[in-house]
Amino acid sequence: MPDTIVIKNGHIIDPSQCIDGIGDIFIEDGKIVRIEQKSGSPEAKKKKNNDFRSSELPNFQIIDASGLYVIPGLVDMHVHLREPGFEHKETIKTGTLAAVKGGITSVCCMPNTNPVNDNRTVTEFILRKAYDEGSCNVYPIGAITKGQKGEELAEMGMMREEGCVAFSDDGVPVANGILMRRALEYSKTFNVPIISHCEDVSLSEGGSMNEGALSTQLGLRGIPSASEDVMVARDIILAELTGGRLHIAHVSTEGSVRLIRQAKERGVNITAETCPHYFTITEDAVKGYNTNAKVNPPLRRQKDVEAVTEGLKDGTIDVIATDHAPHHRDEKLLEFDNAPSGISGFETALSLGIGLVNAGVLTMSKLIEKTTLHPAKILGIDKGTLKTGSDAEIAIVDMNKEFHVRSEKFVSKGRNTPFEGWKLKGMPVITICKGKVYDWRIDG
Amino acid sequence: MKDLVGIKELDRDDIERILDTAASFKDVLKRDIKKVPALRGKTVVNLFFEPSTRTKTSFELAEKRLSTDVLNFSVPTSSVVKGESLLDTVRTIEAYGVDFIVIRHSSSGVPHFIARNVKASVINAGDGINEHPTQALLDAFSIVEKKGGLNGLKVAIVGDITHSRVAKSNIYLLSKFGAHIRLVGPPTLIPDMADHGVEVFYSMEDGLKNVDVIMMLRIQMERQGKGFFPSTLEYFRNWGLDTQRLKLADKDAIVMHPGPMNRGIEISSDVADSGQSIILDQVTNGIAVRMAVMYLLGGAKKDA
Repeated sequence: MPDTIVIKNGHIIDPSQCIDGIGDIFIEDGKIVRIEQKSGSPEAKKKKNNDFRSSELPNFQIIDASGLYVIPGLVDMHVHLREPGFEHKETIKTGTLAAVKGGITSVCCMPNTNPVNDNRTVTEFILRKAYDEGSCNVYPIGAITKGQKGEELAEMGMMREEGCVAFSDDGVPVANGILMRRALEYSKTFNVPIISHCEDVSLSEGGSMNEGALSTQLGLRGIPSASEDVMVARDIILAELTGGRLHIAHVSTEGSVRLIRQAKERGVNITAETCPHYFTITEDAVKGYNTNAKVNPPLRRQKDVEAVTEGLKDGTIDVIATDHAPHHRDEKLLEFDNAPSGISGFETALSLGIGLVNAGVLTMSKLIEKTTLHPAKILGIDKGTLKTGSDAEIAIVDMNKEFHVRSEKFVSKGRNTPFEGWKLKGMPVITICKGKVYDWRIDG
Repeated sequence: MKDLVGIKELDRDDIERILDTAASFKDVLKRDIKKVPALRGKTVVNLFFEPSTRTKTSFELAEKRLSTDVLNFSVPTSSVVKGESLLDTVRTIEAYGVDFIVIRHSSSGVPHFIARNVKASVINAGDGINEHPTQALLDAFSIVEKKGGLNGLKVAIVGDITHSRVAKSNIYLLSKFGAHIRLVGPPTLIPDMADHGVEVFYSMEDGLKNVDVIMMLRIQMERQGKGFFPSTLEYFRNWGLDTQRLKLADKDAIVMHPGPMNRGIEISSDVADSGQSIILDQVTNGIAVRMAVMYLLGGAKKDA
């Protein structure tokens, strides 16, 4: 990377500083040194005469961002990098590069690896791998319980010391109520969120898609919305009881949105996330037994999509995360009920989010808030910002660029997307991260 | 049409054509020499991932009556357990050069998946809790034989609708032909089928009133103790078909069952063996219907 980069004339959006306007960003030695906003302040006008003279400086790059958005690199607080243990699905190397392609510069990887990230040794391994081979920042999420078995608490304190930013048994719920209570209490010591995968397994067991008329029609066993709602209700009540920090993962139902909204109105200390597939597509994507549309929680009905969208709009849902869950092609080429759940989401997420902007649901600024400022705040990390002095982690977005989703072109090893062939509008064209400038336009 | 994966995928004309053709084959089956050369030189594989005696026997007999070469390929456990993927198994079989794949599998949608991936004609012999199309076709054939048609008939389907692929296929078929369908059983075993214009009854006394056809379903013993119903004794008291309850139906009502029956659990012996029962006709008609399906599909087209 050049020592100095200037991103000129872009529409800068940085919710962490309430910036939403045209300006230039100056980067030196991988750090943001200054933002100059064009309109308004007299100071900006004064500096106009003192423009950079590129020819005089060695190792200097100007990126013309006219007509483009310039945003902080996204913080994706819910991803599966699959390493260690499932390197045939994804590795830290491929996963982080795929994230960067999606405009994401920080990811939080869930602990359901093999071995499970339930102790500091695994955390250390992940961080070392990420340092050596990763293209973006990796923040591990530790398991709540040893082996994600739901029996006894894992060593949260030591994992926290090593670098874990949150705890979750994602993929499986903490079924035992008292254990969840203890986790919410104990984690207060370290002021870290407990991320809950809300599912009452006794209600969902054996199911492989949303329960309803369509599951009957396809002859697939259903997972009722109640399976999620019941657990969201329990965890909210436990958060209220303990004062612990609860973050609800991948909200998919109308009922969950309602419960979270009510809890927030009461002042309960909770946050929530959803994923692009829950605000974009319905259970109809499963028709034809499309295993790439098999995900947990399952894709729901239109009324749920609308409720999730409304929840994003009114602030009930704080964060958009991908739940990037890559799988090997062979694993998805199975009987629907035997195929694993998950969607490879890094390389479509921002575009699907922009879909909400184009549909008038969110402003671009709100979308960026839910993908940068909010997750960074919840995790207590100094990312997702363009503040002076912070690492230059930036995405440049072309809102008008259209493309067809072609999973064969994914950087991720996981080609499992229900959006195959979709025409999307708006995508990151340049990502700057860890001292590198990636220009995705070159690849067409 | 290349495959028969479900009744859902058929229209009325397709079904009528199959039933008409089955009538001709039924005549063949009454002859002294029951074999026709219709599909001589074609190869069929019966690929059963789930145990089956009746359906497999019926298919095999139908295949032999059509002069096909028959292979049986039974895979007792799921492909995952076995360590070979489903697609590998199917591609191996296709490499044998078969024209028809008759498949039964415990996962819904497997015949659809296979049909997309092979050139051979795929016939669904039961997939998970989705469909069992040839059973519904033979049931329709049997009803038409006794009642002259399907339109306007009152048909009660009794028992575990949720887990019954037989019930599902019958509902799809009968609703295409204007029958009035009633689903009767405990609420724990009746799924959301509002789209198909069915009526739901939790009481046999209400559900059987004046019906023309009673289709009983087999109760799987393993449902007991899983909370669907407390005991087979209680099940029979509430939803078993006995002579008393049969009297609530139309006096010419026919009683059907896809087999194998649990006598004393869903159906009493005197009803099963009564003059109103057409259970054995169903078995005979199954061969004719399966011959018709294979004949009409014709198998893989070599030039295609």
